[in-house]
Amino acid sequence: MSETHPPPGKPGISRRQFLTGTGLGAAATTLLQTSEARTQASKVQAPKTVGFGPNAVACELVVNGARISVQIEPRVTLLDCLRHYMDITGPKRVCDRGTCGACTVLLDGRPIYACTMLALEAQGKKIETPESLYQDGQLHRVPAAFAQYDAQQCGFCTPGFVMAMKGCFDRNPNATPDEVEQCLAGNICRCGTYQQMRDALRSLCKKGG
Amino acid sequence: MKNFTYYRPLSLEAAVALLDNRWGTTELLAGGTDLLDLQKEYIAQPDKVVSLTFIQDPVFTRIEVPQILPGTKPTVSIGAAVKIADIAEHAELKNLFPALTDAAAQVGGPQIRNMGTLGGNLCQRNRCWYFRDEHVLCLLKGGRRCFASDGENRYHAIFTKGHPCVIVHPSTLAPALIALGASVEVVGPSGKRTIELNKFFQAPTKPDQREHVLAPNEIVVRVLIPVEGLRNASYEVRHKQSYDWPLAQAAVAFRLSGGKATNVRIVLGHVAPIPHVATEAQKVVEGQTITRELAEQAGEAATVGAAPLSQNAYKVHLVKVAVKRALLLASGAQPDWAI
Repeated sequence: MSETHPPPGKPGISRRQFLTGTGLGAAATTLLQTSEARTQASKVQAPKTVGFGPNAVACELVVNGARISVQIEPRVTLLDCLRHYMDITGPKRVCDRGTCGACTVLLDGRPIYACTMLALEAQGKKIETPESLYQDGQLHRVPAAFAQYDAQQCGFCTPGFVMAMKGCFDRNPNATPDEVEQCLAGNICRCGTYQQMRDALRSLCKKGG
Repeated sequence: MKNFTYYRPLSLEAAVALLDNRWGTTELLAGGTDLLDLQKEYIAQPDKVVSLTFIQDPVFTRIEVPQILPGTKPTVSIGAAVKIADIAEHAELKNLFPALTDAAAQVGGPQIRNMGTLGGNLCQRNRCWYFRDEHVLCLLKGGRRCFASDGENRYHAIFTKGHPCVIVHPSTLAPALIALGASVEVVGPSGKRTIELNKFFQAPTKPDQREHVLAPNEIVVRVLIPVEGLRNASYEVRHKQSYDWPLAQAAVAFRLSGGKATNVRIVLGHVAPIPHVATEAQKVVEGQTITRELAEQAGEAATVGAAPLSQNAYKVHLVKVAVKRALLLASGAQPDWAI
């Protein structure tokens, strides 16, 4: 638990304020995920919940395994938090309306649109961005296949497609080309590099993800 | 996006206590796929946003399929916070309610299904482009007229029944759930109540109305679906395979005994301000054996009362096709169309 929530004493949604505000102080160290806290919560009649904002509040996120804490207003989306506050610019801001897929990140392993989620809503979840695909001088096999098959042109959509495809293979290493294409149905490439992406994903399917 | 104060209640009761008794000042946040868009366009400008993401109540967050024994009348419970992707991929739900899981599998794209929830799908705002345009003051935003009724209305209602706002209801899960006889459990300041889903939706005409009948301080807790052994299916006619709303949808459910269909329910989506129950089509099918000819007749009957606008007469034909194909799918016929 402790790794997924801000440490006590910080402004914003700290553990201390969180517990006090929800009348769950007695539940102490366990916060909301334990059955004890759940039972407590259901017994409390309309407990007073503390609000956060509209001024900037502390927000700690777990991005690519690292805990990063920033001060943001509640309205800041996960995408803007990553790009503007954490300097993690792999996810791209293209439509900003949950339509194009360029901002795709994995949240607890599932592809989501970072532009259409508040950063505060991603607290306590594991966030993976394209930056996680290059480690120890080694490029992950999905972006490597994109490079090999020249599956990009302007490149703005590419990080989103790569994350959606990685999420697909993570869930099902034996996905067929059709299944992988279904997983890419929430992403758009305006340059039209679909054929090269097909070549890339077929090469990955042959290798069993 | 206008800034707001963010609340993170840990129980439904605590969430209810945060809600105002009028619309607009406070919004509930679940998947966010609709609310954040509305906020970015300044259609929704709440002072308070109440997140439902951290509520752990299993009634609210889980799918419960009871053991189904002969002679019992079990009920499936799907929490309002369940992700649409989890409904689409649920093996037992697929078996019992293909109308629901097929509709769920076609909502938006994979990312939307991973984010969006069942409760959000039922309570989402309509997709009318005049309503969604910040600069247009339509009926639902306190203006004097509906701009779609004689404007750009190719995606609007054909069953308007004289209604001054000609939106279509955007949920594809709703027609399937209504056909399956589902009801909705909601919680408000005075406790829980249950509403039949076919009485859950309303056609809004002014800013203090939503597309459903909930009070501003009520929250959808779960959807209850009786397990009645009904054959069921949903068919959507679409421009695109993904990332679009259907142009027309038909959801059907019926009991098949001795080759005859009884208890027939046929519900149309994306053709009226609320999911539209096609009573004339139901009468055609009731007590009959479903053949291709009968399914076609039912399709014809489903269009009774249609009054298309200037640009959407094409939807009348789509309704016929959707009803015919949904009936044939549910009856187990081999599709003779490309899927």
